[in-house]
Amino acid sequence: MQTFIEDLITKNNYQATHLLAVLRAVQTQYHHIPKAAIEQIATLLLIPRTQIIGVIEFYSFFHLTPRGQYELLISDSITDHMLGKHEMTAYIEQKLNVKLGEVRTDGLVSFDNTSCTGLCDQGPAALINGYALPHLTPAKIDQMADLINQQLPVSAWPKVLFDVKDNVIKSSLLLAHPIQPGEALHTAFKRGLKETLKEIDMSGLRGRGGAGFKTATKWQYCSEEKTDEHIVVCNADEGEPGTFKDRVLLNAYAHHVFEGMTLCAAIIGAKKGFLYLRGEYLHLYDQLNAILADRLKLGLLGQHILGANVDFDIEICLGAGAYICGEESALIESLEGKMGIPRNRPPYPVTQGYLGKPTVVNNVETFMAAAKIAVNGGEWFAAMGTEKSKGTKILSICGDCDNPGIYEVAFGASIQSILDDCGAKDVLGIQIGGPSGTFISNTELARKIAFEDLATGGSFIIFNNTRNILDIVNNFTHFFAHESCGFCTPCRVGTSLLKNQLDKIVNGHGSAGDVVALEELCQLVKTQSHCGLGQTAANPILTTLERYPELYQAQLKKISYEPGFDLDAALETARRLVNRDDVAAHLTQVEEG
Amino acid sequence: MAKTIMIDGLSIPFEEGQTIMQAATDAGVYIPHLCHHPEFSPHGSCKLCTVKVNGRNCSACTFPAMEGQEVINNAKDLNADRQKITQMLFVEGNHFCPSCEKTGNCQLQAVAYHLNMLDDHFPLFYQHREMDASHADLLIDHNRCIFCTLCVRASHEHDGKEVFAISGRGINKHLIVNSESGLLKDTDISAKDKAAHICPTGAILIKHTAYQVPIGERIYDHQQIDQVSLNSEQVDHDK
Repeated sequence: MQTFIEDLITKNNYQATHLLAVLRAVQTQYHHIPKAAIEQIATLLLIPRTQIIGVIEFYSFFHLTPRGQYELLISDSITDHMLGKHEMTAYIEQKLNVKLGEVRTDGLVSFDNTSCTGLCDQGPAALINGYALPHLTPAKIDQMADLINQQLPVSAWPKVLFDVKDNVIKSSLLLAHPIQPGEALHTAFKRGLKETLKEIDMSGLRGRGGAGFKTATKWQYCSEEKTDEHIVVCNADEGEPGTFKDRVLLNAYAHHVFEGMTLCAAIIGAKKGFLYLRGEYLHLYDQLNAILADRLKLGLLGQHILGANVDFDIEICLGAGAYICGEESALIESLEGKMGIPRNRPPYPVTQGYLGKPTVVNNVETFMAAAKIAVNGGEWFAAMGTEKSKGTKILSICGDCDNPGIYEVAFGASIQSILDDCGAKDVLGIQIGGPSGTFISNTELARKIAFEDLATGGSFIIFNNTRNILDIVNNFTHFFAHESCGFCTPCRVGTSLLKNQLDKIVNGHGSAGDVVALEELCQLVKTQSHCGLGQTAANPILTTLERYPELYQAQLKKISYEPGFDLDAALETARRLVNRDDVAAHLTQVEEG
Repeated sequence: MAKTIMIDGLSIPFEEGQTIMQAATDAGVYIPHLCHHPEFSPHGSCKLCTVKVNGRNCSACTFPAMEGQEVINNAKDLNADRQKITQMLFVEGNHFCPSCEKTGNCQLQAVAYHLNMLDDHFPLFYQHREMDASHADLLIDHNRCIFCTLCVRASHEHDGKEVFAISGRGINKHLIVNSESGLLKDTDISAKDKAAHICPTGAILIKHTAYQVPIGERIYDHQQIDQVSLNSEQVDHDK
């Protein structure tokens, strides 16, 4: 192991910023991060061992204790549930002889839940040693069980198991008529970089991650910072449950994205760029690096890009299972090899980002749009959309519809028109913008996709009338408690309190005051939390409580108070100790009558 | 003329580069806080110091004072939220004030009294947390840790060491120490370190000193935390 780690650290140039990459390699090799490895890495990277332990315990894909040689993680998103996650889980447990959350006694297999894997249009999905397995079926599980029993390495498994589909169904400005590699840069250099920034300004392009900050303004601010060390970061940490469009863009339109990043670099004067790719998209890593190598050969990266006085390189950094790293300052922390904890603002990343340098962070789709605007001009883009939301939005549509997949719609499109496009019938409601967004009911289908009405980073999950709203809300609320970084009190404690309080109500232990208490807690977490995660974590409850108060009320018991704990269950240990299980050894929760 | 901000209708002068907390403290205005300490870089995690700045919630300990700010601090709704956040800290850990040797000297307890906290409000988590009594002079009782990171910052910024860190995620956050064994006795901490004395609760204690000051004569037995805090932190700032 000593040589393995020495080589690894050498390969990473002794850079502490590469800690995640180092730990990913160790985890892959040894199926956990051994203590001796921590000591050696700390010595070689000159960082305290506590930083390494902190990072290991922060990211879901790192472990201090051994996982299986085959580490199987099943996606626990609501859409996976709707596509049969529970049945597949039971079948895996039986077939592979391992319980969810455990490592098999022979150490060969471990099995656990993971947050949304971004395969919502082809679930139930899983990851095997980090690689995406779409569309699980009993037949595929049988096949996997055989492969595991033969101890065949995952790299030698049949490719068909890993066949992730793009499912691009509706194309418009961005997805139709792809541009050629270099076309945007050529046009921009010819037109002039300042003029190109003006075109982007004129296009009205706003950040596609969901927050909607005007892209040209962000680039302008960053370029005004006096240093020659600006940084460009592409946020491909697409973790919002129900969204998968960045996976498709990076699979089928990667040149566009890299072109947009390079354009940004030329405009703001950056020499270094990062693509922060969520760990769940490991299957894209090699092909993206191959595209970067191609672009270098084509003179679209490296020194003197297209003969201009522009030098720029892009490095791909993989995440390790943390939704919070989609928050731009947490992402920057992660790029620096640390826990993904959102920073205090100000300063904003445009003035002090990666290693304190002025940094532009934009979404995958934003960079792609910028590249196409550079070619086609601002007017071309602004001709579509609404006054405040120009252009189009790429939606990841999943859930109850005939044709889940990628739909590019003009901003201002009504929800009804989108439902018609994808063949959704008998609709109960739609989760727009993922769990952190809004749940709308079937009486609001005239509403529009737009920053001024329903903003979304791309997630669009449809539920039909067979679905139970409280199950959906419960899944989302558990998700936030699991993903809270734990930095600030209101979110760290609040998301777990929300989870427990909602569980109490959903499980039928709620009484009169419990919905009021739940709503109060929601408001506290929403208004007092440090970052967007906490500020939106209560949205699933708040948006459904507003629309379906009777659903929550119906769960409540007709008594004024019910304790949060189960009295009878609490006596279980005592019963075992005295070896009794008769009637008198049990207590009812509340006196009858 | 000095630049000013308005806090609860009072005109407060500030120097360029000061946070709202620093400006307020210098002017004798108390903003409740636990993770803030004037000697260390601000952290902004406990969220007790949340104030409304021109209508927006901001952490006073990290947000820079800027000309023209209208700050609301001592308001009913903010104090109600502060009380609930304090209750969150109480239910998250295991805090039994009557049996804790820090009682009367504990900032968590004092801030709770100041905010008129009369109960836990939220259900307790009853988390299982360990003690580390391995060190000859010091003790860590993880039951009382509130993740303010003051010990982390004091060790790093003042003592020039890296004894403490916060590890884990979400509700599983926990304090760790920098030794191969994971025990405090194997770190390079000394009872003379600032980090050993900075804990606002009873999570890090100096052994053999527990009841040298009897209950009834302790810091917060006769004074509220707002007065104690202003007295000490204004002095600190003038150094």
